[in-house]
Amino acid sequence: MLAGLRVLDCSDRLGWLAGRMLADLGAEVVKVEPPEAGLGAAEWRAYNANKRLLRLDPRRLRERAALAELLAHADILIETAVPGSPLAGLLRPEVLRARNSRLIQVSIRPFGEDGPRAHWRASDLELMAAGGALSLAGEPDGAPTRVSAPQACLWAGAQGAVGALVALAHRAATGAGQRVTVSAQAAVLTALAHAPTFYDILGEVPTRCGEFITGRTLTGARMRAFWPCRDGYINFVLYGGVAGRRSNRQLAEWMREAGVPLGAVAGIDWSTFDPKPLTQAEVDALEQPILRFFAGLTKREFLEGAAAREMLGYPVSTVEDIAADPQLEARGFWDDLRSTARAHHCGSFAIVDRVRAPLRYAPGEPVDLETLLAEFRGAHARAPVAATAL
Amino acid sequence: MSTRAQALAGVTVAEFGAYAAGPHVGKLLANFGARVVHVESRRRPDGFRLEYPPFTDGVPGVDRGGCFAHFNDSKYGATLDLHSEAGRELARRLVAWADIVIENMRPGVMRRLGLGYEAAQALNPGVVMLSSCNMGQTGPRANTPGFGSQLSSLAGFCGLTGTPEGPPMLLYGPYIDFIASTMGAAAVLAGLDQRRRTGRGAWIDLSQYEAGLHFIAGALLDYHANGTVAARKGNRDDEAAPHEVYRCDGGRWLALSCWSDAEFGRLARVIGRQELATDPRFATAAQRRAHRGELDAAIAAWCAARDAERAAILLQEARVHAHPVNTVSDLFRDPQLAHRHVWRRRHHGVMGERAYCFPAFDLADAPGDIASAAPLLGAHNETVFREFLGLSVADYAAYEARGAFQ
Repeated sequence: MLAGLRVLDCSDRLGWLAGRMLADLGAEVVKVEPPEAGLGAAEWRAYNANKRLLRLDPRRLRERAALAELLAHADILIETAVPGSPLAGLLRPEVLRARNSRLIQVSIRPFGEDGPRAHWRASDLELMAAGGALSLAGEPDGAPTRVSAPQACLWAGAQGAVGALVALAHRAATGAGQRVTVSAQAAVLTALAHAPTFYDILGEVPTRCGEFITGRTLTGARMRAFWPCRDGYINFVLYGGVAGRRSNRQLAEWMREAGVPLGAVAGIDWSTFDPKPLTQAEVDALEQPILRFFAGLTKREFLEGAAAREMLGYPVSTVEDIAADPQLEARGFWDDLRSTARAHHCGSFAIVDRVRAPLRYAPGEPVDLETLLAEFRGAHARAPVAATAL
Repeated sequence: MSTRAQALAGVTVAEFGAYAAGPHVGKLLANFGARVVHVESRRRPDGFRLEYPPFTDGVPGVDRGGCFAHFNDSKYGATLDLHSEAGRELARRLVAWADIVIENMRPGVMRRLGLGYEAAQALNPGVVMLSSCNMGQTGPRANTPGFGSQLSSLAGFCGLTGTPEGPPMLLYGPYIDFIASTMGAAAVLAGLDQRRRTGRGAWIDLSQYEAGLHFIAGALLDYHANGTVAARKGNRDDEAAPHEVYRCDGGRWLALSCWSDAEFGRLARVIGRQELATDPRFATAAQRRAHRGELDAAIAAWCAARDAERAAILLQEARVHAHPVNTVSDLFRDPQLAHRHVWRRRHHGVMGERAYCFPAFDLADAPGDIASAAPLLGAHNETVFREFLGLSVADYAAYEARGAFQ
């Protein structure tokens, strides 16, 4: 869909996903890295697949000039330049704008471009803390706990991609590029769902609840979400609503078929079930027999059984479970980069017109400066067209 | 509110979505000037209106819920009974009108309503349609229902959260839905760009599961390439040490990490334990990880004696990674979020003045905004069908008589 769009991705991990998303959507993305950068880690390779790699040393005069020329012909620049770094000096917005009025410069920063804490240092842990997500996971009487894989940079990158394309739409109408600024801290807010509204409306502070969910009942009762099973855990909740009621009825049927004691589950009219008024004692009584039933299932048995019964609920997967999931195989999700070795990257994130676009480049697939300059200097693939009303 | 023309001014969006994954896409577009119509029905309003707290004064009601409001600001609210022929006629007109159609129903539902992509394309050859659902439109489990909060477990996130010895931990709400919605917004904007250049729209089949997996792509590749099975490890990191949260005076927590020996030296000075910097037990990151217990105890003692804000400021002045663990209430007082005007208050007809959340990006020359509070149920039927779609007074009344707006 973005065929012909030229993107220079000069970012650190705060920007990788932005470039990868634009590449998945069809843009021609070049990842720029200094000569000394180590690029072997799985995380770098995962997010910088589908991009060519240009090694460039911003401290060398000739290469600085070359980068400036590439930027003069680029459509989008993604950058996370730390003030004072060699790269930062080259990417000053007013300088870039003067040389290329059509350039869209996406500047992703931990806390945004300016403000009282814009200069604060933050890795994923601090950004998940600053964005509120850390407070919402972990045991209620324990420490706030993060996902053991960096998330904040990905929230930031995803917002960066959206911002770039919003600016692209504006450019179509006006002919001009502009700067898009992204705050990773603010991007993490997206992960909080509607938690802020509890505070804004009721003055209540949602907090972590461990293995239980809160906020579904008016009494403050908590409901179990994780249930130990034979080889791990199952995620299931006694939901209300149309889908929840149907699901719960299916579970009760499954338990009946399996011949396990139903206890309090037997007495419920699922067509009218609503968790909102339940007390903790009522919730606990319902959950007891379900605990025993799930303890006897494997993750795979639950996945297949729930799918067959069109029930809500999923096993708590490891990467091993995900790698073996037949649904992903059927959807052609894994991309081996046309290699015989099982490279097995996450493929393009969406299927468009029934096709998942194959990844075009392996991570680190090199392009040299001369080739790129020639490409960029060549006929504009995206010469300005008369603005058409959308 | 900005008076400059917004980036998506003139872009029209019909949103047949409910809950999170569809509506958040429309909100992002609306915040930058798109005209977004959120379609639901009086018989069956958007599930987010009634199924989840919080409600104004704790009293449930279709126009009293924070959950719906949070994802539907800046939009027009329409009601159509898609089970009536009259409602479907108007839905088709809406599809013909829209540049972008968003839906997050189960696969096949839109098609059965006569609003699938083929039908949409016939009405509107250049339409960009986003179909977002749990598993995607195809595959053996395409029709399995799913909520985002549980999909976050299938997609590996919950298994990666918590202590190694303990159970998985919940993430708040449908975490994965917002990965999908953010990516979905990028996809529809790409489709819009294609339509502008070539006249051709697109059908985007987005699986919330697949979109979510991109947020653990590194761990997945590490498994495929190296056989590594990623496991939850509390707040630890494989490189940095220390890398933890610590309880401070007053009960707030502080997150901090050191990514070099030099940074650790600076941390040691700040907490008045200079000798730790030359202690062989803590000389390298590997050593610091190995002697984590003693190190965390020293840091914890310092944190316990001061409040999290002060601790963070002192550490940042020494160029150490640190930040208070913001609770949801802290977010409304955070000085950086305030600087970016993240929380924008707008007046809602039933809920009064409420805070809405602005996206994490903004454009320098065409800034976005929270255009309005979330719509009351069916509040804009006349605006949408008479003003936007051009129905005459008589035609509107006829549709109303036929039950289209139920």
